[in-house]
Parts: sequence; structure tokens; C-alpha cells
Amino acid sequence: MTGQNDNGFTRIQCTVNGVPRSLFIDVRKSLLELLRQDLGLTGTKEGCGVGECGACSVLVDEVLVDSCIYLAVWVDGKAIRTVEGEARDGRLSPVQQAYVEEGAVQCGFCTPGFIMASTSFVEKHQGQEVSADQIRKGHAGNLCRCTGYQNILKAVEKSLKP
Amino acid sequence: MFDLQTYHKAGSVEEAIALLAANPDSRLLAGGTDILIKLRHGKSGFAELIDIHGLAELRSIRKDAEENILIGSGTTFTDIIESKLLQRSIPMLCDAAQSVGGPQIRNMATIGGNICNGVTSADSAPGLFGLNALLQIHGPDGLREVPVAEFYLGPGKVDLRRGDVLVAFKITPENYAGSFGYYYKYAMRDAMDIATIGCAVSLKTAASKVSDYRIAFGVAGPTPIRCPKTEQAVLGRELSAELFDCIAEVVIGDVNPRTSWRAAKDFRLNIIQELAKRATHKALQRALHPAGQKEGETI
Repeated sequence: MTGQNDNGFTRIQCTVNGVPRSLFIDVRKSLLELLRQDLGLTGTKEGCGVGECGACSVLVDEVLVDSCIYLAVWVDGKAIRTVEGEARDGRLSPVQQAYVEEGAVQCGFCTPGFIMASTSFVEKHQGQEVSADQIRKGHAGNLCRCTGYQNILKAVEKSLKP
Repeated sequence: MFDLQTYHKAGSVEEAIALLAANPDSRLLAGGTDILIKLRHGKSGFAELIDIHGLAELRSIRKDAEENILIGSGTTFTDIIESKLLQRSIPMLCDAAQSVGGPQIRNMATIGGNICNGVTSADSAPGLFGLNALLQIHGPDGLREVPVAEFYLGPGKVDLRRGDVLVAFKITPENYAGSFGYYYKYAMRDAMDIATIGCAVSLKTAASKVSDYRIAFGVAGPTPIRCPKTEQAVLGRELSAELFDCIAEVVIGDVNPRTSWRAAKDFRLNIIQELAKRATHKALQRALHPAGQKEGETI
């Protein structure tokens, strides 16, 4: 492994769920691997590994991305939000609370990715009139194998209400 | 982990050109939504990467003093969808961007990567063909401009030479001003799918006649294509129901789709005829009822 780096490792600065981190990382790692292996944040899941299922969705500078096809080095200087950071002081985020109330979780494997997709969608559309179709389109990058889509849709609708 | 052999981060286009020249087996990495997947699948030729991800100089959508619209190669599909300039001037490109993958992919994938891949199913390609987009390519010998139709040399083959970096797409005013277009994608699903057929139509009308007409397809041949016979047949014709029959009849002579596991040739031909009509109809609707136009205003 060669390049302008230290034997294939490089130092990056980022914040993870609000906490500043200085990390010495293998440039071959995906953001998903950085989160799960280096930081122990195993809430974010690996599903397909090729950007089809959205189980690994996280926010990088408030942009929703599939962390499995995102190089870890790209988060240098950026802020990452994962499902672990959404609850504050023991209270679920409004999106998480709506998922619980609407029974939008079945096996739960897709849920961390869905929560981040919904969080991104809700924060982008707060106060706007949004159709069910727009919600579906906004979650098209996330798959639920249990097919709990109807309740997920309801949870997003609930989260959008002021 | 991705099986990278070499990795260099380029801080500028100039640096990327130098790094490409110094590393003969390397390729550029931008959004990563194709390259990182190929690398993961162990495809050869992707293990040496020059990273231009997020380079600010490649990520902009603007109009220059000559009214050309310039779209940086590192512009993401989400940037295109949200661009007020494109929504106003070339909504067809927003339609195409909207049809790509899902939100996460649109947030990452770039229009430059979509074209440099050289695949016939690139959703941004038919629109750029219809707009006669010029590709601004920086290389070791300076800047050159290549029309998008000449950029595609064959399936997966594009006119990029060693050390070349596609920096922007230039759309000149005669190719978009007063034109109305639409991109229609047909796929098995409404999201996260590759086009079975993609069709872009860009047209102008004057005195109830078609005064300019461009139609381009993705997946109707080994590369994206324009349809010169259809364009010739439609130009100058009255707006009428027969116009659509004419388009569906003539377009067959312009295309060359193949059978693949995704769809049979006959099915694709059927979709081509249907999309040619529908995309034309949608473009005409935009021409006759432009969004935001004041009442009583004529085209």
C-alpha cells in the first residue's frame, strides 16, 4: 500500500456524534468499518455492502450517505451522526420515538439506517407539506426485509408533524 | 477493507493531472458509487486510485458571461436536483438526476463519474446528448472541449487520455435557451434501478410547429445515442396527434437495442417507441405551459 501517507495509514480529525476525534486510520477502510471496528459503534449495520440496502446509512455534515461505499478518509474535517447519537439524555429523538409509537420496527436490522434516512428527510422537510409519495421516494435507498414499510411511513408522517 | 494498492489524495485538478501522469495504472475516484463497488468485487484496474472526491473547484453549477451553463464534473445528482438555475433553465437534467439510484446514491454520485463510466444506461447522458453538451477536459497539454457524442467511443470506452481530468460540462445558450425538455426513464422499479430505456427530448415550438427537436436514448445501443432520422422527420411539423405516430414509426430506424437478462430486444423496441412519444408529449407540455409563466404571456 503506497501513496502520500504513512504506510497506508493517515491521521484525520472529525466529530462523531458531537465528540471531536483525532484518528489514525487505514486508508483502505470504509466509514462503516471505521465506525464499527475502530470506534465500536456497532449500531450502524452492514447489509449488502454495495450501496443498495441503506442499512449502513449515516449523516456526514448532515448529508445522508451509505457508509459502506464511503471511504473513511473522506470524513476528515467533517461531523458524523450515527444512530447512537440520536437519543439525548436518555430520551429518544422525535424520529426514534415515532418509530416506537408506530411499531415501525420488526427484526430491527434495517432500523438504524432507516432512522438516519428519516432523520435526514424530516430535518430537510420540517414545516413543509409532504406527500406519502415523497416520503417513499426519500426512503427509496433503504430496504426493510420484514416489509414494515407502512408503519415506517406512518412514523415519518408523525415525525413531520410539529 | 477495500483492496487498494495505492491511494493519493489530489488537492487540486492540477495535482490530479500530475498524479495520473506519474501513476500510469491509476484512475480517478470521485463519488465512489461505482468505483468502490467494483473494487469491493475485486475487479481489476481499480486498485490504484487518485482521489478527487469533494474537490471544491469541480463542484459548481453556474452561468458565465456568455450565458453558457457550466456544470462541474464533481457536482452530485442532489446538487443538480436542488439547483435553482437548472430547475429554471434545464429541468430535464433535474428529471434525470432525480431518477438515479436512491437518496444516498444521489448525495454521493457525480455527473462526471456517470459520464466517464462510459455506460449506455447513464441517466444523465441522454439529456446531455440532446443539449450538445461540451466536455471540458484538462490534461497534461491543457484544456480541450469534446462534444458529448464524440466522447463515447464504445461500451465502457470514453475519450479520456492518460492524465486527463473531466472538469465541467458546458451547455451553450443556443442549446438550452427557449428549449423545453424532459427525461423519461423506464425501469423495473421506480428507484434503485438501472434504466431499461432512458429517453430525453428537448424541443422548441414556434407558431404551432416544432422548430427544434432533439431526441436521445440510453440503452438503445452500445452507447447513448441521438436519433437523427427521427429529428429530421419531426422538424418543422405541425403539433398534432399524427406527429406522435410519426415519431413512434421513424424512431425504430435510429436505434439498436439488444437482448440482455434485463429485457428482450423486442420489449426494448416497444419501450423506445412509447418513451419517444411520452417524452415528446411531456416536453411539449412544458413548452406550452411553462412553470411560473404569467397568464396571457405567449411563448
